[in-house]
Amino acid sequence: MTATGIGAPVRRKEDQRFVTGQGRYVDDFNRPGQAYAYFLRSPYAHARIRSIDTGPATIMPGVVAVFTGDDLAADKIGGLICGWMIHSKDGSPMKAGPHPALAQGKVRYVGDHVAVVIAETLAQAKDAAEAIVVDYEVLPAVVDTAEAAKAPVQVHDVSPDNTVFNWHLGNKDETEAAFARAKHVTKIDLVNNRLVPNPIEPRAAVGEYDPGTDNYTLYTTSQNPHVARLVLSAFIGVAPEHKLRVIAPDVGGGFGSKIFIYAEETVCVWAAKKVKRPVKWTSDRTEAFLSDAHGRDHVTHAEMATDENGKILGLRVHTTANLGAYLSTFSSSVPTYLYAPLLSGQYDIPAIYCEVDAVYTNTAPVDAYRGAGRPEATYVVERLVEKTARELGQDPAEFRRKNYITQFPHATPVIMTYDTGDYAASLDKALEIADYKNFQQRKQESARRGKLRGIGFSSYIEACGIAPSQAVGSLGAGVGLWESAEVRVNPTGSVEVLTGSHSHGQGHETTFAQLVSDRLGIPIDQVSIVHGDTDKVQFGMGTYGSRSGAVGMSAIAKALDKVIAKGRKVAAHVLEASEGDIEFKDGKFGVAGTDRALGFGEVALQAYIAHKFSGQDLEPGLKEGAFYDPTNFTFPAGVHICELEIDPDTGVTKIERWTAVDDFGVIINPMIVEGQVHGGIAQGVGQALLEGAVYDQSGQLVTASFNDYCMPRAIDLPSFQVGMTVTPCPSNPLGIKGCGEAGAIAAPPAVINAITDALGHEDIAMPATPQAVWRAAQKARMPVAAE
Amino acid sequence: MTTVSLTVNGQSVTADVDPRTLLVQFLRDNLRLTGTHVGCDTSQCGACVVHLNGQAVKACTTLVVQANASVVTTIEGIAQGGELHPMQAAFREHHGLQCGYCTPGMIMSAIDIVARKGNGLDEQTIRAELEGNLCRCTGYHNIVKAVAAGAQAMAQAPLRQAAE
Repeated sequence: MTATGIGAPVRRKEDQRFVTGQGRYVDDFNRPGQAYAYFLRSPYAHARIRSIDTGPATIMPGVVAVFTGDDLAADKIGGLICGWMIHSKDGSPMKAGPHPALAQGKVRYVGDHVAVVIAETLAQAKDAAEAIVVDYEVLPAVVDTAEAAKAPVQVHDVSPDNTVFNWHLGNKDETEAAFARAKHVTKIDLVNNRLVPNPIEPRAAVGEYDPGTDNYTLYTTSQNPHVARLVLSAFIGVAPEHKLRVIAPDVGGGFGSKIFIYAEETVCVWAAKKVKRPVKWTSDRTEAFLSDAHGRDHVTHAEMATDENGKILGLRVHTTANLGAYLSTFSSSVPTYLYAPLLSGQYDIPAIYCEVDAVYTNTAPVDAYRGAGRPEATYVVERLVEKTARELGQDPAEFRRKNYITQFPHATPVIMTYDTGDYAASLDKALEIADYKNFQQRKQESARRGKLRGIGFSSYIEACGIAPSQAVGSLGAGVGLWESAEVRVNPTGSVEVLTGSHSHGQGHETTFAQLVSDRLGIPIDQVSIVHGDTDKVQFGMGTYGSRSGAVGMSAIAKALDKVIAKGRKVAAHVLEASEGDIEFKDGKFGVAGTDRALGFGEVALQAYIAHKFSGQDLEPGLKEGAFYDPTNFTFPAGVHICELEIDPDTGVTKIERWTAVDDFGVIINPMIVEGQVHGGIAQGVGQALLEGAVYDQSGQLVTASFNDYCMPRAIDLPSFQVGMTVTPCPSNPLGIKGCGEAGAIAAPPAVINAITDALGHEDIAMPATPQAVWRAAQKARMPVAAE
Repeated sequence: MTTVSLTVNGQSVTADVDPRTLLVQFLRDNLRLTGTHVGCDTSQCGACVVHLNGQAVKACTTLVVQANASVVTTIEGIAQGGELHPMQAAFREHHGLQCGYCTPGMIMSAIDIVARKGNGLDEQTIRAELEGNLCRCTGYHNIVKAVAAGAQAMAQAPLRQAAE
């Protein structure tokens, strides 16, 4: 390993600009002559729009234009789309209601887009929005996930019972048979609480139109600018694909919420042409709470069957998933193919059957949020496994070990084939780091102080490296999920890598450069990573699902192989040797068995001056591209152990120790990987203890600010003990599995398992706030008095 | 409109502004100092923290008229002569940032914590003192390490502190 190669904790190249305030985020871009957009949003969760009178607003100071859904329709601008078709059990396609960028006839959640005001200043746009007169016929709203299908409210005409689909996976008959022969059945009811992603940078968009060239430009907070361009052009019809440039510059966190194509950027691009000026919109935090796609929101009943030896025989799961008022870009895939295929966890479970009913409600759309389906699956499996172990009187660690998959490849009953792993190795290491053997002593010591100490496990697995295009195509995806890369070697030997991945905190400018430095043997500062601009990078699928290492870097590796192969040909001509005798090692092309060699930079120069070979025999230049399509998902897995202490008098839960042992396959930069784990754990602990989006019965979001929605702060978290085990991923050339979502997937059940262990009963839901824990602690103390 | 005069990162600035202009809007829109960020509208996230007369303030809840005749330092103003401030260097060295959006506010708060609490900061003090700053990426683990190390490094660079 070199100081900047694969495996080195290289300090990040991008940090110089971030620590000095020189990062360039979308809101930092100001275009000449720009006007400001402000969206008038529905104050009601469900209402018919009888009329909109924009007249009073258009004469307000500074107003450039006011547009409604009718204006978009007149220009034949299509609605927003959901790009993953799910079929119900009966074979019928999911019921996708229309999703106009600006409301047409009806609003379906608080924050839904009614009109846009474009003005000289943001303040003027806001003032004018108040002058728009909307005549609403307020309708009853449905917000409750479990009640949606029965509610006397119809969110979309296409779905009389508010059901988007009734989907299933697994084998029902085999599962029923497994339960029939079970010695023990454990049952659990779970709510996976609705979350708001809340990257600290709010969404923003600047649309621009050049009448001279008929070119459009969109600066947007996107995790996948090419997908945004494709959807905006091919489906929404704002501009032709080749005339639309989408730039996603520095992006301040995404966590899934910036994958999707939203109303605001659609309107900004379209309106820029209408008003002949750049149009800028920046979300404030309240708008973000109201209209960024939310995450999770499942209601689940699950059962686990075990035999007389404590071996798991079967799992059956019924989940109702709330998708909100409209189907967001990838929403339908989250509670289906990103969820049920993970229900086998790390365990050898012969029979699994899962049913998912997805429902519409009068709430913000729900889509992928860090982990996307996999945290929901892990919460089901790991709560159920822990509860089963307790009911059987077995140690939860040993119960897991007994049921771990140990032979690979392993085909689960829910369509996944795990390629490799060593789950017991992660467990052993985690038990050691967590000092599990002395836990009872610590518990007794806590008890002496009147505190309740608990320990909770989470043996999670995830499917990352999303994904083989053919496989996802057969499951309903509207796109392929490969990644692209182009390696441009300059005559001076410096290298630019154009990648379809997008970095919004992951540190690609460093890790991708480490790969290049490692493979080409050139200094890391000779490498630039270019991403986030559709005029520079030809196409790419973007960054989500922990895919940029396993898929994005594999594409780069493939392109680098081609560069080296071409370099070998160039060197052979220059060194007057046969190509077969040229070896590339430590950044030098040499003739085997001699000391004749050319440095990488010399070969680059020779490739461009083309003096030593005929252009007919060998093309000049040194530039290669590659598309990499994965052959399988990757399966990062690990064990997290949470140890916490509850003060039964106040309900305050304090996490005392956090142990994470993860197997991410080959690691490019351990510093960055550990940082990803830390951040994921924090979001998972946030879900378990603090966060929850709450709508009241009328559909008002009562947690629409950082005052009301409890984000994890430094004081809420401990330092984490992070360990690694490594089984290289066999399905990609770098052996990478992915690390971006692990913490958020692993953490929630670890926390709740520790709380239930401390309390001695299972009756606690997320978020386990001090009030909830206090009530649960009183129940544990005095079951009758607390009734 | 009203006229304000203040010193920002060592430079005198005078401008006519709408009286409702926030300090953060003035910095970002008038001076194009876009390192100071806006992450919320309730003074909770701390992405906008700057120093006003040497003390940390949230520029999203400070009117620029309140900064009249004052000295303001932003994230763009703490590196000296091309050399990072010790706290900036510590955030980089300890991977105390990922997306970078909360980072300017974090660093400005951290420098303020050192000014108030000294150079020998323990973990609990740092965690408690960061109550006004939200980070969604790092889980705070490496921010806490960075602040502790930055505080120590600031003790090694007293001249720099005096210069600020």
